[in-house]
Amino acid sequence: MINQIQSLGRSALDFFERLGRGHILLLDLLKGIPSVVVRPVLIIQQLYSVGVLSLIIIVVSGFFVGMVMGLQGYNTLVDFGAEESLGVMVALSLVRELGPVVTALLFAGRAGSALTAEIGLMKATEQLSAMEMMAVDPIRRVLAPRFLAGFISMPLLAAMFSAVGVLGGFFVGVGLLGVDDGAYWSQMQASVDVYDDIYNGVIKSLVFGLVVTWIAVFEGYDAIPTSEGVSRATTRTVVHSSLAVLGLDFILTALMFG
Amino acid sequence: MEENNTLVKVRNLKFARGGRMIFDGVNLDIQRGKVTVIMGPSGTGKTTLLRLIGRQIKPMEGTIEVDGEEVTTLRHRQLYELRKRMGMLFQNGALLTDLSVFDNIAYPLREHTNLSEELIRTLVIMKLQAVGLRGARDLMPAELSGGMSRRVALARAIALDPMMIMYDEPFTGQDPISMGVLVRLIRNLNDALGLTSVVVSHDIEEASSIADYIYLLSGGKVVAGGTVDDLANSDSEWAQQFMKGKPDGPVPFHFQAQPYVSDLKIG
Repeated sequence: MINQIQSLGRSALDFFERLGRGHILLLDLLKGIPSVVVRPVLIIQQLYSVGVLSLIIIVVSGFFVGMVMGLQGYNTLVDFGAEESLGVMVALSLVRELGPVVTALLFAGRAGSALTAEIGLMKATEQLSAMEMMAVDPIRRVLAPRFLAGFISMPLLAAMFSAVGVLGGFFVGVGLLGVDDGAYWSQMQASVDVYDDIYNGVIKSLVFGLVVTWIAVFEGYDAIPTSEGVSRATTRTVVHSSLAVLGLDFILTALMFG
Repeated sequence: MEENNTLVKVRNLKFARGGRMIFDGVNLDIQRGKVTVIMGPSGTGKTTLLRLIGRQIKPMEGTIEVDGEEVTTLRHRQLYELRKRMGMLFQNGALLTDLSVFDNIAYPLREHTNLSEELIRTLVIMKLQAVGLRGARDLMPAELSGGMSRRVALARAIALDPMMIMYDEPFTGQDPISMGVLVRLIRNLNDALGLTSVVVSHDIEEASSIADYIYLLSGGKVVAGGTVDDLANSDSEWAQQFMKGKPDGPVPFHFQAQPYVSDLKIG
């Protein structure tokens, strides 16, 4: 009994210790951003590997999600004779919810896991220690550019996702199911609000970008420097950031649209 | 021992990890321009000592002075300034795997200086020539053998012309030829560049052949210190066991256990 209470206490302490280390790292990352901004080449390299290389999975998924939305939406709306509103439905769902959330989940799987594995392996092979001894701060040189690149990439990727999704919905709704072309676009234009819908979506994806990259970078930096430790850290990145995205999405939605 | 001739001065160093005391009051001095070897059985924290000197970790107690500066209390910026004057060779080289050999050696130069690419190229080639790997400049770290990686890492460690280099187990797992190369390089670079070298090792023969001074560590303390001859003729049982590689002595062959006979009877 005592043992169980002890181990419960120990794991609670471990949890809060990790949480503390995570926040200290976040502060260090934020402090490191000015030194990254003066060397844009570092960010550009990371934008490529974090953002550009995630583009294909985002675009393809966006297109399919849009097509499914087109099909499902049409089948429901046609019962009420409201299939002309398909464009609005597809666009609002994408811009407010699916764009930021699905992009963040895909981003966590594609780029987040890669970031954790890369940083974790650099730690395991003493590359981070070697940098420290060369008087190069790994937080500023390695972690901060990746963090910033993730934060910048996420809203851009979410925008691509939504844009391609709208096209996917158009392809199915207008191209295959015969919804009126003009109605699809004009209703969308009339009903989607820049502030309420698009800006809120962008805010969501900025928050998700921050959280997912922070978790990914922290897990890599905090990984136990063995192959098992790195593999566990990679798994944790995907699990924790997916849960964080879904939880935060609820909170943000409640705040924005509730 | 002249005071101003000491580059690294460690006093009453205490450090524990996971509840185990690794250093319990270590005192040692490292002389400028000399090759100082720190030896001891595996697990005595030799690598930890180097990390403490470079302040990658902080001690619980005690002082570590490097070139007159107290490293345990340095601020971030001052610490990084000091590290520019320290080189460290990690056991596996710790080269940056996404950069070629050339770029690895150019890395500290590019990070810390505003030299032109032309000048950097000249410097890198000079450093590579010093370790005999000028022809390997376009290879990636994954294409190098263990010994070559360490030589590239050595070239990188001397890129900024530091005042001292710390070698972490440089001879471990090397074939006789690359071992010989490394032994010669450590001595030659030390003398030619006027460096101070700290070598952590348990390869007695190789380390002894280049050591100006040797410290033996065991049980969290310096148990003996002196030149190679001093230690070979030392009365200390411990020094005798270690230098001659005897399996039993002050460091027992058996790990701590209950008496053998009672252990057998239990089953």
